[in-house]
Amino acid sequence: MSKYYLNYLDELESEAMYVLREVWAQFDNPVILFSGGKDSIVVTHLAQKAFYPAKIPFALMHVDTGHNFPETIKFRDDLINKLGANLIVGSVQESIDQGRVAEEKGKNATRNALQITTLLDAIESNKVDCAIGGGRRDEEKARAKERFFSHRDDFGQWDPKNQRPELWNLFNGKHFEGEHFRAFPISNWTEMDVWNYIKRENIQIPSLYFAHERECVRRNDSWIPNSEFLKLEPNEEIVSKKIRFRTLGDITITGGIESEADTLEKIVDEVSTMRQTERGNRSDDKRSETAMEDRKKQGYF
Amino acid sequence: MIDNNQLLRFTTAGSVDDGKSTLIGRLLYDSKSIFEDQLEAVENTSKQKGHAGVDLALFTDGLRDEREQGITIDVAYRYFTTPKRKFIIADTPGHIQYTRNMVTGASTANAAIILVDARHGVIEQTRRHAFIASLLQIPHIIVCINKMDLVDYSEQAYNKVLEQFEEFSSKLLVKDIRFIPISALLGDNVVNRSQNMDWYQGAPLLHTLENMHISSDINKVDARFPVQTVIRPQSEKFIDYRGYAGRIASGVFRKGDEITVMPSGFTSKIKTIDTLDGALEEAFAPMSVTLTLEDDIDISRGDMIVRSNNKPEPTQDIEVMLCWLNDAPAKPRAKYTIQHTSNEQKAMIKEVVYKIDINTLDRNSEDKALDMNAIAKVKIRTTKPLMVDDYRENRTTGSIILVDDATNETVAAGMIV
Repeated sequence: MSKYYLNYLDELESEAMYVLREVWAQFDNPVILFSGGKDSIVVTHLAQKAFYPAKIPFALMHVDTGHNFPETIKFRDDLINKLGANLIVGSVQESIDQGRVAEEKGKNATRNALQITTLLDAIESNKVDCAIGGGRRDEEKARAKERFFSHRDDFGQWDPKNQRPELWNLFNGKHFEGEHFRAFPISNWTEMDVWNYIKRENIQIPSLYFAHERECVRRNDSWIPNSEFLKLEPNEEIVSKKIRFRTLGDITITGGIESEADTLEKIVDEVSTMRQTERGNRSDDKRSETAMEDRKKQGYF
Repeated sequence: MIDNNQLLRFTTAGSVDDGKSTLIGRLLYDSKSIFEDQLEAVENTSKQKGHAGVDLALFTDGLRDEREQGITIDVAYRYFTTPKRKFIIADTPGHIQYTRNMVTGASTANAAIILVDARHGVIEQTRRHAFIASLLQIPHIIVCINKMDLVDYSEQAYNKVLEQFEEFSSKLLVKDIRFIPISALLGDNVVNRSQNMDWYQGAPLLHTLENMHISSDINKVDARFPVQTVIRPQSEKFIDYRGYAGRIASGVFRKGDEITVMPSGFTSKIKTIDTLDGALEEAFAPMSVTLTLEDDIDISRGDMIVRSNNKPEPTQDIEVMLCWLNDAPAKPRAKYTIQHTSNEQKAMIKEVVYKIDINTLDRNSEDKALDMNAIAKVKIRTTKPLMVDDYRENRTTGSIILVDDATNETVAAGMIV
C-alpha cells in the first residue's frame, strides 16, 4: 500500500480544519458555540490546529441556562484563560427576567427549549454571522441531513427541505443582512471517533465524563444527578452511585450511566461496547419522535 | 480499531421498491451498528404503521415529511465502522426529480452501489444511476443484483442482468465495475456469504467494501494547494510569520520544493510545512497544513500554490458538464458567482452546447433549457482566470459551483472537461 494515505482520524481532522478555515475566510464575525461538552471541546481543539501558530480567531459563545454542572463552568473558564479567547455568555435567566421567555411548568419542566430564544438573541446582539457547532450527523436523524454550512433565515430558522446543495468541498456561505449560518466541522464524526480522537490527542475534558461517586436518583431509566433544581417525586430516593455522563447538557436533564470507566482508555473500551445511543439518556430528545427536528427548525443548536 | 484504518465514502441511489433502504438497514444491522434504542424506536413506529416485522427503511428516513410520505427526499448520511474501515454512506433518492441529490451524494464518494432488481433487469433508473456515477467519476461501482431469492438464486438471471449492464456501460467511463448477486431482505452476500449461490465465486458486499483499494483514488501526481487563508499570528514569538493555510487538493509537497504562485506567476521555495504537532518534511492530499515560503510574496485567498514543473492551466474560458440544481431555470447569458476551490469570480454562461437525456445518454442540441436536474455541456466565461484541471484528473481542481447573486443560492454544479 502507498505511504501517501491518511487514516480515518487524520482524514476527519483534516476535513474539520478545512471547514473551520472556510468559516474564518467567508464570514465576518464567526463564533464557536461552546457548551463545555466533549464535541465543542473537540471543535475548539481543531480550531487551534487550523490556525496554529496564531491563536484561535473565534470567540466562544456559551448559552448559560443557569442549570449548569459547576464543573462545566470551571472547565469553560480555565479553557478561555488558556486560549486567550473571548467569551460571550447568553443568559437564559436574563431572558426570563426580561420576559422574553417563560419558565416551563410541571414535573418535567426544563430550560432546554428556552435556550433557543437566548441563543438567537445572543447571535443577533453580537452581530454573529456564523455560529460553529459540535453537532454530528450520527447523533440524531434530523441531524443526519445537516450540511457543513447550514443556512438560517432572519428569524434564525432552519428549513430542512430547502437546503443549499453542498457538493465536493465547495461551501457557499453567502447570506443577506440578518441571516446567519451554522457550521458543523465534525459532521462526519461518530461518538466513537470523538472518543478515539480525544484519547489520541490527549484532550482535556471535564471530570464529569469519568466515572465518579455522585448522589443521584433513578428516573426514566437513567441516573439524574442531585442538584438544587431537583424536585423529588414521592417514590424517589437519593442514592450514591458510581456513574459517568456520556453527554453533558443541563444538570436537570442529563442522565448518567453506571460505570467504572475512570480513564480515557476505559471510556473508549466502554463506548465501543455500548448498545444505546448517547442521547438515549437525554430527556430533551425523548419528548417526541421529531423533538430534535422541531427544535432545530426554530433555531436550536 | 487499527490505527491505519481508512475512511471509505460510498453512495447509494434508489427508490422505494428496489430494496435500497433494506440493504442499508441490513449493512447497519449485521455489522452491529444499530443501537438498541434506535431499534426500539423503529420497532414501535413499524407497529404503529401496521407493518409486519421491522421496517428497515425507517433507519434511513429522517425528516418528518419523509416519514409521512415514505420516501427519501434529501441526502442522508449514515455511519458504520467495521474492524477494517470506517464507512460514510450518502443515501440518496433515486427518482429522476432528485437527480440533484444523487449528484450531491456522488460528489464525494469513493464508491457507488447501484441496485438492480433481478426480476426486472436493467431499467431506466439503473442507467441513470450508472451515468451519474460515471459523470461524477466515482472510482468504483458495485452493481448489486438484488432480490435473488425471488428468482430462485438463478445464475442465469444474474448473467442476464450482467450482460445488459455491460452492454450499456461500455459507453461510460468507469474504471472499476463489480457485480454481486444479493438478497438484502434475507442477507445473502451482504455481510455473510450466501449459502444459496455456490456458483458465485466473488466476495460478499461488505467484504468488497472493506478490501477495495482506495489509496490511489486521490491524484498524487499534480501538486495543488489552494490557499484558504493567510495566518499572521501577530505575537512576539512569531512576529514576522506569514503562513498560507489550506488543504492539499492533490499531489505531494516537500520542504525545499520549487513552487509557483498562480495566477501571479511568482516563484519561491517551500520553507516549512507547519502543523500544531510540529513541522513536516512532506505533506500530501488531503492533508490540511500551513506552508511558509522562502520569499516574501503577496499571496491571498483564491491563489494556488503549485510545483513549478507541473502547473494547471489558467483560463477564463471553461467547458463544463453542468448539473442544474435550482427550481428557477438559468436565464440566457445570466451572470453568476463561480466558486472554484477557494477562488471566487463572476461568471457568465455563454452557451449551452447540448443537453443530455440521462436515461438514454442521447445529446439534445434542440432543447437547451437549463432547468432543475438538467445536465448539459456549457461554455462559461469568467472575469478573471481560474487555475483548472480536467475533472477526470482532479476532482477538487476540476469542479465548480455557480451561485445566484440575487438569492445567494447554489444553483449549479459543474465538472470541467
